Parts: sequence; structure tokens; C-alpha cells
Amino acid sequence: MEQDAAADSAAARLVGSFLERRREQIAQRWADEPLFRTVFTVSRDEAVEASKAVVDALSAVAVTGRLEDIEAPGFRAVRDQLGRMVASRARSGFTSAQIADEVAGLRGSVTELMRGEFPDPAAPDAKDCVLSLALLMGTLRLVVMETALSAGEELIARQRQQLLEVATPVIKLWEGVVAVPLIGTLDSARSQVVMESLLNAVVSEQARYAILDITGVPTVDTLVAQHLMKTVAAARLMGAECIVSGIRPAIAQTIVHLGIDLGTVLTHAGLADALAYALERQGIEVSPRATAGAGRL
Amino acid sequence: MMQVSPDTATTSLPIGSDADLAWVRQRVRQTAAELGFGLVQQTKLVTAASELARNTLVHGGGGHLEITPLTTGPNRGLRLTFLDTGPGIRDIEQAMTDGFTTGGGLGLGLSGAKRLVNEFDFDSRPGEGTTVTIAAWVSGLPSPRAGAG
Repeated sequence: MEQDAAADSAAARLVGSFLERRREQIAQRWADEPLFRTVFTVSRDEAVEASKAVVDALSAVAVTGRLEDIEAPGFRAVRDQLGRMVASRARSGFTSAQIADEVAGLRGSVTELMRGEFPDPAAPDAKDCVLSLALLMGTLRLVVMETALSAGEELIARQRQQLLEVATPVIKLWEGVVAVPLIGTLDSARSQVVMESLLNAVVSEQARYAILDITGVPTVDTLVAQHLMKTVAAARLMGAECIVSGIRPAIAQTIVHLGIDLGTVLTHAGLADALAYALERQGIEVSPRATAGAGRL
Repeated sequence: MMQVSPDTATTSLPIGSDADLAWVRQRVRQTAAELGFGLVQQTKLVTAASELARNTLVHGGGGHLEITPLTTGPNRGLRLTFLDTGPGIRDIEQAMTDGFTTGGGLGLGLSGAKRLVNEFDFDSRPGEGTTVTIAAWVSGLPSPRAGAG
């Protein structure tokens, strides 16, 4: 076993020095592989430089002997570059599996060069080196996949955050009247954001009336109703009267059958009705001009 | 005698996260619309599914939903089965009471869901899990039971 390990690490070091020595040739060949050629389209030199960076990283990893460790420090230098390459391929419509295949495609040319190093490719040390190189290239493939996955997860997390912020604007409808048009699913996280932004608006706009419009909420179940009632209660504590509007006929029937008592909540069918109510309560009257052209006298 | 023949197309959806709940609502709404349910019935069915799926997630620790389109003669319907392997419910009668809650909710989920659909069946064994089956019919009429009349 110990002998094996010693042979393995010797092979790994050999692979490392081979990559360092033949850096230029490997980079030249890789620059013609689809993975580099299609990403770095501006000039071939750019593709060669990018390939060199990857060869350097592999060489650094091989020298430390951590051929199968995707967390090996050597990869750190190229993670950003690999991430950009993966993103570029993904934008061109390639799936993760196809990108992985392209990474695997890099192995052929480098293995060929490696075999050429040995007078007898069937000798045990040559086989060890080719095996070590295969391991290392497999690890590179994993690193690329991991980079692709974490980029996807980051994107999803960022979009979720954006959705939370974008989807809950507070609109000032009139002096002292604010409204939140709710759209989509009202889960606990969303309703927390809604409550916070509504209460902030009540303070900053000195609003006496706050309207929650649920026209865009497809399903009102007990949890959504509970969130609504809590928001209404909180607004009331701040001294604002809260009106829920946009209750569609189907939603109204469902709420009744569910047995939810919205008796404590002021509701109106539409946003316009809710606004009219709020204006009327403030003594504001909106009426059309008495006659057209009367102002011309 | 009419026979309830479940179509072969039973769809199974996982219930393991809040995102799954949204997916459940969407699929139930879509299936109900395809079967010809009216807007009010769709909304009722989706709301009931939302309540029960949340129970499966919160109290059952996750599980799955089976969506089965049904046909009895000319009448079409939809059966939803919520399965979990959670702790189960010890006192079903109490759980079905309006206002009874263990989760800090309104306590209307189970009883409310029952009022929203035509058929409601509840099976729970402490320690083994809970199965809730609901069905709704496009005409709004429950299916004739075998041997009835």
C-alpha cells in the first residue's frame, strides 16, 4: 500500500512537471478545442492564454499530489475564468452535461502528448502517469460542474431576493392614502416584506388609509388570510385604517366556505371602491365639472 | 350501477418545501381547468389542495400528492390524495373542529377544506402517517355510491 501511494505521488509529480514543461504545446492544442475556441472568439491568443491558465492550475494541483481534490488550492486561480466560460456556454444553449463533455474532450490531446514523452508507452511508469493525468482531468471536469451549479444557485437566490423587493411596491394614491397591489403567492416571507413596507409607508406618507389589493393573488387560503389579518391589525396599531380590496367572486365564495371570518377587516370589491371610500372618509369629494366649457366664461 | 373508473393518468407530486406548495397549486388549477371545472370550483379545489398540502408539509413533515382525474358516466371529477408518513393525528374529531389548531394557524384548514369539496376522506394512524383524500365533481354532485338507492 505504501509503495502504491509513493508511486502515485511520484506519478502526480511527474504529471505536474510534464504540464509545466509542455504548457505551450498543450495550450496551443486546447485553444482549438470547442470549449476554448467558442468561448474566446476575439482572438486565438486569448484562447491560448486562457488555456495556459488552466494548464498552470492543473500543474499546481498535480505537484501537491491532490489529484482528486476539487477543493485543491491550485484550482482557485481559475475558478472565476471557468465560471465565465461555463456561463458563456450555457448562454449559447448548452446543457451542463454537454459542457462536461467538452471538458472531457480536453483529455485526448493532452494524453497523446503525455504518451509521446515515454519511449515505451506500455511501461508501468508511463501507465501510472497516464492514469494520474486521467484522474486530474476528471477532477477538472468536476470543478467545472461545481462552478456551473453554484452559479445557478447564486442566480436563483438573487432572483428570489429581487422578487421579494420588486413585487411589493407601496403606491401613494392620494394625500394620506397608500396602497399595495399584491401579486402572486403570499407566503410568510413575502407577507413579512409587505407588512414592513406598508407600515413604513404609513409613517413616511402619514397615511390614514392603507389599501391592500389582492386582485393578483390567485389563492386565498387560511394562511394567506391570516397574513392579511395580521397586516391589517398592525396597520391599525399604527393609526391607519386598512382596507382589503380586489376580492374576486370566486375568492369570496371560497373564503366563506373555508369559514374564515373577515368581519374585522374592511373589504371592498375593487381598488377604485376602496379609494372612493378612503376619500369620502377624509371629506374629499371628486366630481366631474358641472358643464363642459363652463370654465371658459 | 355506475362505476367510478379512475383514469390511468395519476400524477404524483412531491411536497417537501414552500416552492412545492406553489407547484401543487399550479398543477391542481391546471388539471381542474382541463377537466372543465368552473372558475369558482377551480378556486375552491386549489384552496383545499393548498390547505391540505401545507398540512402534509408542516404536520406530516413532507410527503406527496397524487392527482387522479375521475370519470363516472358523463360526469368528470378530480381526486387528490395527500400522503405523509409523519406522526399522524391522534384525535381526528378534534382536528376536524373549527378553530382547533396545533400549528398557530386559524384552525380552519381541515374543516375548511372539507367544506370546499364534494368528498372528504381521512385516514390517520398515530406514528404511521396520514392520508387525506378529497374529490370534487364538475357538476358539483357527489358520485353515486355503490349500492345506494
